[in-house]
Amino acid sequence: MNKEKSPYLPENATILNVEKMAEREKLFEIELDSGEPLNHEPGQFVEVSVPGVGEAPISISSSPTKEGNSFELCIRKVGNVTNVIHTLEEGDQIGIRGPYGEGFPVEELKGHDVIFIAGGLGIAPLRSLINYTLDRREEFEDIKILYGCRKPCELLYEDEVEEWRGMDNIDYRETVDECPDDVCWEGNVGVITTLIPGIDIDLENSYTVVCGPPIMYRFVLQELKQKEVPDERIYLSLERRMKCGVGKCGHCQINGKDGEFYVCQDGPVFNYDIVNDFEEAL
Amino acid sequence: MKVIKKEDLKGFIDGLIEKGEREVVGVKSKDSKYVFDTLEDAEELELDYDVTILPPKKYFMPQRETLVEYKTKKGIDMEAVNEVIPRIIIGVHPYDLEAIKQMDKVFADSPEDYNYSEKRSKSILIGVNMQKTSEWSFAGSMGNATIDDGYDLMLTDLGDKYAVEIGSSKGRELLDEGSLKIRDAEPEEIEEVENIEEDIKNKFEKELDFSPEKLPWLLAQKYGDEDFWEENAEDCYSCGTCNIVCPTCYCFDVQDFNDISLEEGERMRQWDGCMLEAFAEVAGGENFREERAERYRHRYMRKGRYLYNRFGDIACVGCGRCSSQCVPDIADPTDIFNKLWRDKDE
Repeated sequence: MNKEKSPYLPENATILNVEKMAEREKLFEIELDSGEPLNHEPGQFVEVSVPGVGEAPISISSSPTKEGNSFELCIRKVGNVTNVIHTLEEGDQIGIRGPYGEGFPVEELKGHDVIFIAGGLGIAPLRSLINYTLDRREEFEDIKILYGCRKPCELLYEDEVEEWRGMDNIDYRETVDECPDDVCWEGNVGVITTLIPGIDIDLENSYTVVCGPPIMYRFVLQELKQKEVPDERIYLSLERRMKCGVGKCGHCQINGKDGEFYVCQDGPVFNYDIVNDFEEAL
Repeated sequence: MKVIKKEDLKGFIDGLIEKGEREVVGVKSKDSKYVFDTLEDAEELELDYDVTILPPKKYFMPQRETLVEYKTKKGIDMEAVNEVIPRIIIGVHPYDLEAIKQMDKVFADSPEDYNYSEKRSKSILIGVNMQKTSEWSFAGSMGNATIDDGYDLMLTDLGDKYAVEIGSSKGRELLDEGSLKIRDAEPEEIEEVENIEEDIKNKFEKELDFSPEKLPWLLAQKYGDEDFWEENAEDCYSCGTCNIVCPTCYCFDVQDFNDISLEEGERMRQWDGCMLEAFAEVAGGENFREERAERYRHRYMRKGRYLYNRFGDIACVGCGRCSSQCVPDIADPTDIFNKLWRDKDE
């Protein structure tokens, strides 16, 4: 058989570094054993393989502008495969298929304001684009980052967030749903939507990029509507059960009255104007 | 068109079985039903069947097959696998040939799925025109009572002989392999086949009240009518039988199976079904089609609209297997499709 071409055969890759970020999340730096770069776009995903356990779709968390050939995955311990990945260490091998899917429309965003709204683990896919815009800061206008999580201890990418807090060429705002009394927290307390009224959005010239848990989308999108942000200026990244990653297995299909999508091929990044009347999308 | 005597066809098939170059598969009876299975003897072949329990897709997309073999003792060693058995499949009805044509498109679509396409290209399909129809079939309404292509050879029963239509060079070459007593069809025989093909179109007990090209439009219109889908899905067991027996269902799950050493194993794909509760569930527990009615609707949307938009085919061929196997009897596509037509907005 055409072995090199089987879309189901992963490439070998090696874990270069593991960093614990929060109770359930670790950041893995990975390099393909071929030495080649992954050649991904911000917003794309890979299928991560642990032979003997299975595969899981994971969004790529590093920007292609990052130095070197490695890439990063922020993985939450939440199922069979990710539980085992969390036990792996530097030097361990895994399998990688991809990159897959349609990422963020980087070229379209260039020359515009970009507003990032991330909830919880939603920061992981958004970070691939955030770091892209920061690495090529001159190619974008105003950058705003709104980041919310449940509790201060769940904040991811703490070192980078600390840098964002101090950067004067971006507007970074953060919030936690709740803060225990014994934790020091200088940011806002309240759900992510409470940050939205306070920002100025240049409706003519900005794009808003949103990623978070399903429940967050509903409220964030309502809030953006209040601000009269046009639907076509909003991009979202959707989570689905993307088993094969190549448009065959059928699991990630979403229906709507006006069409249908495979999240693994047509997404995971979608323009809100296209999916807004998709009952199954949001 | 060619003609061959029935006894000569038997001899020809026995010759193929004896040769053993390819596995010879055909329709056999099993209890009071029919199945596609390996033939030991041409006598076993039942070409006047109504419908088989499972469609022949199982030969190109087995219920379970290995995609990758892995070893994990020293690092990771993974290899793509495809077990291909060359086969001759005898007795495929036109609706199943149409389903295979549709599956061919799905798996050839980039990136090509070699586990399917290599099995498919190593097989020879010998179709047969229907003599009996299942009481659940509406293949006529779906335009699949007969078919003009998608087979390598096509048989039509003419009493003590078969008319043989050659559909491909693979079919032609197969005929050349045996020292077969075959002759050109006479004009009356050709007319007889034409008449049989015309008659079969009116033999179906179930039918659509409209042409199937209207389905994508009708489904889009009905999509938001939640009461309709809930009402029709009310008795659904979410058992997935309708998916399993469908000749155009190809959704699959992939799982790793370790051998006893825990140092090697196989990554296998197996049939999955969109009617099963966990089909759209992700690791975090979120289920994007949690409700029975949502899954029920999804099946129809996919058959009648999504796959049509993507590949240009209505992915229901009218075989009636889903309805015949459904225990609570809620899976009959003609029932739902005709309701869509009845309820349409003018």
